[in-house]
Amino acid sequence: MKARVHVMLKNGVLDPQGEAVRHALGALGFDGVNGVRQGKVIELDLAEGTTEADVTAMCEKLLANTVIESYSVELA
Amino acid sequence: MHAAVVVFPGSNCDRDLAVAFKAAGAKVSMVWHKDSELPQGVDIVGIPGGFSYGDYLRCGAIAANSPICRSVAAHANRGGYVLGICNGFQVLTETGLLPGALLRNAGLKYICKTVGLKVETTASDYTSGYDAGQVINIPIAHHDGNYFADDETIAKLRGEDRVAFSYAENPNGARDDIAGILSENRRVLGMMPHPERAAEAAHGNTDGAALFRALTGALQTA
Repeated sequence: MKARVHVMLKNGVLDPQGEAVRHALGALGFDGVNGVRQGKVIELDLAEGTTEADVTAMCEKLLANTVIESYSVELA
Repeated sequence: MHAAVVVFPGSNCDRDLAVAFKAAGAKVSMVWHKDSELPQGVDIVGIPGGFSYGDYLRCGAIAANSPICRSVAAHANRGGYVLGICNGFQVLTETGLLPGALLRNAGLKYICKTVGLKVETTASDYTSGYDAGQVINIPIAHHDGNYFADDETIAKLRGEDRVAFSYAENPNGARDDIAGILSENRRVLGMMPHPERAAEAAHGNTDGAALFRALTGALQTA
């Protein structure tokens, strides 16, 4: 089983990297970009029997810092 | 006073911190991250600056889950002292021993320079050697020093007089100019600036030495 975890900075937490990307897009002539938020994707290759609850626990304990980040889990 | 300095792969201020503790009169033990126990009789644990585990995942995240950090958390929960500097501060927020988190600097640049730090409280065994409101000069060297916590946490830190140091001129976007904070029992201090790099005449600046002297004084009489 595979899981894909998306980790993003929470709304309200300033994302200076996303802002820098937005400025760079503007400099390339892409005027229509109102905002950019940058996050990460973590792919997990899991042994049979691993549950979604296990993946959630991994997110809570390590993969995301819930003070500043939110996460979502996609199982495949 | 017996100090233990934790060494992670990628720590680079561990020996500087040990020298600063020793200069203030402490006995120092270096502790490897894979050790699961602190040495007997340790009064204070120092978590040094550097790039533990290459800053993989998030600064301090892997270190916070290393075997030694479970003992460090137990030590803090027993009322032991813990001083986290720079990466050490990031580790302490990741373990949950201190609230908030350290984000990428607002200007996106790594900043290495000496900055003015305002001593916000003298009511701790770390800051009792300074005067309230005194501005001291201490170097910073970080890419992720932008302190973040929600409004409620910031208000709580201020209300409980737990902001130890704030920046005279905010270099990194930190909320409320916060450079260092104390735990509820005032025995855990996390700070981004490096007092151990301003602790002896050869550094050209000794403003950080009073922190280590105050600690040694407090823990020797304790």
